Amino acid sequence: MLLFLEQCLNGLQFGLLLFLLAAGLTLVFGIMDLVNLAHGSLYMVGAYFAATFVALTDSFLLGAVLALGATVVVGMAVEVVALRRLYGRDHLDHVLGTFGLILFFNEAVRIVWGPAGLTLRLPDWLSTSVRVLPGLDYPTYRIAIIVTALAVALFLYVLVMRTRIGMLIRAGASNREMTGALGINIGLLYTLVFGLGAALAALAGLMQAPIQTVQIGMGENILILAFVVIIIGGIGSIRGAFIAAIMVGLIDTIGRAFLPDLLRLVLSSRGASTVAPALSSMLIYLVMAIVLVVRPAGLFPVSSK
Amino acid sequence: MTLTPRSLVVAGLLVFLALVPAYVAATGNAFLMTLFTRIIILAIAATSLNLILGYGGMVSFGHAVYLGVGGYAVGILAYEGVASGFAQWPVAIGVSALLALIVGALSLRARGVYFIMITLAFAQLVYYFGVGLDRYGADDGLTVYRRSQFGELINLSNRTVFYYLCLLLLIGTIYLVWRLINSRFGLVVQGARSNDRRMRAIGFPTYRYRLTCFVVAGAICGLAGALLANHTGFISPATMHWTRSGDLIVMVVLGGMASSFGPLIGAVTLLVLEELLPVLIRLLASGFVEPQVAVKVSEYWQIVLGPLFLLVVLFARGGINGLLEGMRRG
Amino acid sequence: MADALIEIDRLTKHFGGVVASDGITLTIPQGELHAIIGPNGAGKSTLIGQLTGEIAPDSGLIRFEGRDITTLPVYRRSALGLARSFQITSLFLDFTTLDNVALAVQAHAGHSFRFWRNARTDAALREPARAVLAQVGLAQRADELCANLSHGEHRQLEIAMALATRPRMLLLDEPMAGMGPDESARMVQTLKALKSRLTILLIEHDMEAVFALADRITVLVYGRVIACDVPAAIRANAEVRKAYLGAPDEQAGEQVAHG
Repeated sequence: MLLFLEQCLNGLQFGLLLFLLAAGLTLVFGIMDLVNLAHGSLYMVGAYFAATFVALTDSFLLGAVLALGATVVVGMAVEVVALRRLYGRDHLDHVLGTFGLILFFNEAVRIVWGPAGLTLRLPDWLSTSVRVLPGLDYPTYRIAIIVTALAVALFLYVLVMRTRIGMLIRAGASNREMTGALGINIGLLYTLVFGLGAALAALAGLMQAPIQTVQIGMGENILILAFVVIIIGGIGSIRGAFIAAIMVGLIDTIGRAFLPDLLRLVLSSRGASTVAPALSSMLIYLVMAIVLVVRPAGLFPVSSK
Repeated sequence: MTLTPRSLVVAGLLVFLALVPAYVAATGNAFLMTLFTRIIILAIAATSLNLILGYGGMVSFGHAVYLGVGGYAVGILAYEGVASGFAQWPVAIGVSALLALIVGALSLRARGVYFIMITLAFAQLVYYFGVGLDRYGADDGLTVYRRSQFGELINLSNRTVFYYLCLLLLIGTIYLVWRLINSRFGLVVQGARSNDRRMRAIGFPTYRYRLTCFVVAGAICGLAGALLANHTGFISPATMHWTRSGDLIVMVVLGGMASSFGPLIGAVTLLVLEELLPVLIRLLASGFVEPQVAVKVSEYWQIVLGPLFLLVVLFARGGINGLLEGMRRG
Repeated sequence: MADALIEIDRLTKHFGGVVASDGITLTIPQGELHAIIGPNGAGKSTLIGQLTGEIAPDSGLIRFEGRDITTLPVYRRSALGLARSFQITSLFLDFTTLDNVALAVQAHAGHSFRFWRNARTDAALREPARAVLAQVGLAQRADELCANLSHGEHRQLEIAMALATRPRMLLLDEPMAGMGPDESARMVQTLKALKSRLTILLIEHDMEAVFALADRITVLVYGRVIACDVPAAIRANAEVRKAYLGAPDEQAGEQVAHG
C-alpha cells in the first residue's frame, strides 16, 4: 500500500513535469502560432547545461540558475536567427524547420559533450528524505520538484487568466490585435515569449536530470509524451492539459511499477518479465488510442465554434 | 518529353541506376551495389510517403513503422519456417495496410499539428511493441537468414537480380503514384490538402479519401520493408523509430514534395551525402589540421544536415526538383 | 407551407455569454431571393454557419425541402442541393480556375474512388465546368492559376463553384465584399440572371445591391429578427432605420430609388 502511495507521488511529480513541458509548447503555439518540435531539444540542453554548471560551480542552485539562463539565451538566439522566418507560414513548414533544429541540437550536443550521457549528482542537502506518512519516507528532492512545478503552474495560471497578455492568448488574438492592444514591439514580445517557453523546458529538463541520465535524444521521448498529454487533455485546453498530465504521469509511473506483478498473475514468470517492460512503455500510448476512439477531440476540448 | 534541366537530371539518374550493376560487375565494387539497392528501396518508401505528405498534406512521423512491419512480416515468417515470398510479401503488404487503416482511422480526424502529434505517438507505440517482441529478438533485432523464396520464378539471392527487381518496383511505384494522383481520387486528396473546408462545402466526404490514401501509402511502404529485410538480412525495431520516419520526410522535402521523382532524388542525395560528406570534410580539414583531427571533424558532418534542411524549408521549399523546375524559366 | 424551400425554426446559438442567434425563425419559399442585412456582429455569419452545418445550433430546426437537416454534416447538405459561397474567399489557390470548378462538378458526379483515369482529361467533368465559368464570365481565365486571379475574379469563382454543384439553393455570404462599383454591378447582373432558376439567400452590406435584387429582406440585429418584409416596407420601417439604415437625413437607402 505504501509502495502504491509512493508510486502515486512519483506519478504526480512526473505528471507535473509533463505539464510544464506541455504548457511551454502551448504558450508558444498560442501566442506565435508556432509548432516547435525542438521544444524537447531545449529540455535536453537545459539538462546538459545543468549537469555542467553544477559540476563547475559545485552548487546545485547556482548551477540550476545558470543553466536556466544559458538555455533561455540559446532559445532566444535560435528564435532570432532561425525561427523568426517561420512565423506566418504553414504549420508544415514549422514542423519541418524545427525538425531540422532537432537534428542540429542532437549533433551539437554530441560535439560539445560527447556521445555518452552525463550524470547530475544531487547535493547532500537534497538527498535526504521526508517522512510523509508513517513508514513512508519520500525523497526531499522529488517533493521539491512537485512544489516548484506547482508554483510555476500557478504563475502560468495567473499569467494566462489575470493579465492582459493572457487574455489575448485566450482570445486567440492575432499579431496585429496584440500589437494594438499592448502597444509594444511584437518582435521583442515573441522573442521573450519564446525565452519563457525555453525556460519552462529547461526547468523541466534540469529538474528531471538527477533522476534520469542526461543523454542525447532524451528530449524527444518526453516531448512525445507531452504531445500525448495535449491530445488526451483536449486540443486548446490548458485545464485539460493539467488534468491529462497528472493522469499520464500516474498511469505511466504506476503502470511501470505494477504491470510486471499484474502480468505475473496471468502469465508465466518468464513471460511476464519479457513482456512487461515493452507493455509498460506502450501503456500510455494505448490509453491515448482508446481515448481517441471514444473522444476524438480529447477529454476536455475547447468547445468548437 | 521536353528537354528541360529537370527531365535531363531525371533521365540521367535513371540511366545511371540502370547501369550500376554493369559498373559493379566491371570494377568489382560490391559496396556500390549494396548502397544503391538500399537507396532504391528507401526511394520506394519515400515515394509512398510523398503520396500522403507531398500530395495529401498529411505529415506522418510514423511512416517508417510500415518499413518495420513489412520487414518483420518477412523476418517472422522466415523464422517460423515460412520462407516463401508468395506468402511473406502479401502478408507484409496486408498487415501494413491494416495497421495504416487503424492508425489512420484514429489520427485523421485530427487536423494539422495534432495529426502530427498523434502519428508520433503511434510510432512510439509500434516501436515499443517491436522492442517487446522477445521471441523475435526484441531490441537486438532478428536475422533473416534466407531471402524470400519464389521457386523457379526468380532467385533473389543473386544480388544483380534483386537490384533490378527493386529498380523495377521503384519505377512501378512512381508510375502508380503518378496515375493515382491525377485520377479523380488523387484530385480529391490534393484538394483536401489545398482547402479541406472547401472540399467539404462542395460535397466531398474527405475523411474516407484521405484514409484510403493513407492505407495505400502504408501498403506500398510495407512492400519496401519486405525488400529491406531481404536486402540487409536483418530487421530490428530501430527501423521503425520515429527518427527513421524523419529521415524519410527529409528525403521527400529535400528532393521535392508533390513531384514524381522528388523522393528518388531526395533519397539519392541524402544517402550519397551521408557517404560523401565525411570524406569531403576530412579531405578539406586535412589541408588545415592534422589527420587525426580531420577524421574527428569529419565524424561531425551530421551537424550540417539540420541547418541545411532548415534552409531548404525556408528558401527552397520545392526541394531540388523545385530548383530544377525554376532553372527552366531562368 | 407547400412551396417553402427552407424553413428555419427558432434557431438559437450561444458562444459563451454571447447570443449569436436568438430564436431565428424564417421561411424562404422556392424561387425567392431573400436578403439578410444587419450591422456587424448581428450574427449573419453564424446563421450561415448553422445552415451549412459548420456550426451546430444549441436548439432549433432547419428544414430543407421538408427534410430535417439540422444535424446533417456539411458535405451531405451539398448533395441535397444547398450550396454556399464564402465571405472570405476559400478556393484552391494552387489549382487552375478550371480545376477549381471541375472539382465542384466532380463532387456531384458519383463517388471518386476512381484511381486510374486522368481526371483532367475527363470531358464529363471539364465540359460542365467550362460552361459554368462562361456563365459567370470567367471563361477566358480557365487555365490561369487561381492564385493569380484578382479579388473580384475570386468572388466570381466562388459563385461559379457553388453553381457547379447544381444546387437548388444558394447561400451567398457577402459576395460583393471588397468589390469596386464596376465589379459589383457585374455581380448584380449575374445574380439577377440566376434569380429565376434558383432560390437565393443573400447576406450583404451593399444596400444598393440588396434593394436591387431582394424579393424580401430580413433584418438581423444582435441575433434577432427585427423585421422581415418586402424592400419597400423595410425601407420605411422606423425600427430598421434606427438600428441599421441610419437616421432619416442620412439615408443610404433613399439613394436607391432605382430597384
